[in-house]
Amino acid sequence: MNAPTRDQVKVGQALPPLELPPITRATLALFAGASGDHNPIHIDIDFAKASGMPDVFAHGMLPMAYLGRFLTQWAPQTRLRRFSVRFAAITPVGARLSCTGKIVEITEDGHETLARLEIGVVDKQGEVKLAGDALVALA
Amino acid sequence: MIDTKHIGLRLPTVSFEVEKGRLRFFAKATGETRPEYLDESAARAAGYRSLPAPPTFLMGADLDAGTMTTLLETLNVPIGRILHGEQSFTYHAPVCAGDVLSVESKISDIYGKKSGALEFIVKDSLIKDATGETVLEARSVIVVRNPQENAA
Repeated sequence: MNAPTRDQVKVGQALPPLELPPITRATLALFAGASGDHNPIHIDIDFAKASGMPDVFAHGMLPMAYLGRFLTQWAPQTRLRRFSVRFAAITPVGARLSCTGKIVEITEDGHETLARLEIGVVDKQGEVKLAGDALVALA
Repeated sequence: MIDTKHIGLRLPTVSFEVEKGRLRFFAKATGETRPEYLDESAARAAGYRSLPAPPTFLMGADLDAGTMTTLLETLNVPIGRILHGEQSFTYHAPVCAGDVLSVESKISDIYGKKSGALEFIVKDSLIKDATGETVLEARSVIVVRNPQENAA
């Protein structure tokens, strides 16, 4: 995959979205093991309830990992310079998430031309789960 | 309330080896199916030394070493009360399978909001390769949900 070039992009342009399958308990179990985040609040409903939550819920880093896939399907990972998110809402079991983003600025940092992207993860009801931005070096 | 004397606390430096099996497990768990993240020859064809570590993968380094557990115990915060507030990564060089990294983390800030109902812990990490070059900077903001004593 080649990196997007300066003349291929413009401010306001949307990136191809990434639609994810529903979050299942199995998804959370696998992500706990693979990510190293073994906090039982994400995998043990008894612990979640004892902690005041109605059920287990997704690790914030799971939708952020989906956003990582979303960014690297647009540009090779070697072009990614910065990736930053705020976790806005809990992602429950059953949520159907989509990653979206658009180019909001083209900037120079001295030796590279960068696209600044506004990125986010929303569920089917349109609730924002994560919002953030990324800097991608253009070719 | 979390004692703000812990601001500036350096956590133990940890070593983390980027393993192919773990990268494939991470790919499976995140629905990643592109060959450059699973197959070594495809990764090489894409210009990587070996399987690349995805953008958020290195969160696992501190977690595997128990740094987060140490942090929470030191600050006397129960794990059931934390949420992830913010996360950012600044990338300086690609990380691939076989790399042996060191992670240096510190607590950069502790502050409260909403009259103490929420407290925030800011952890900054520098991830360095075997030559000591910084390959990744990571910042985590952890939110602590404090029970309200006067709640009904």
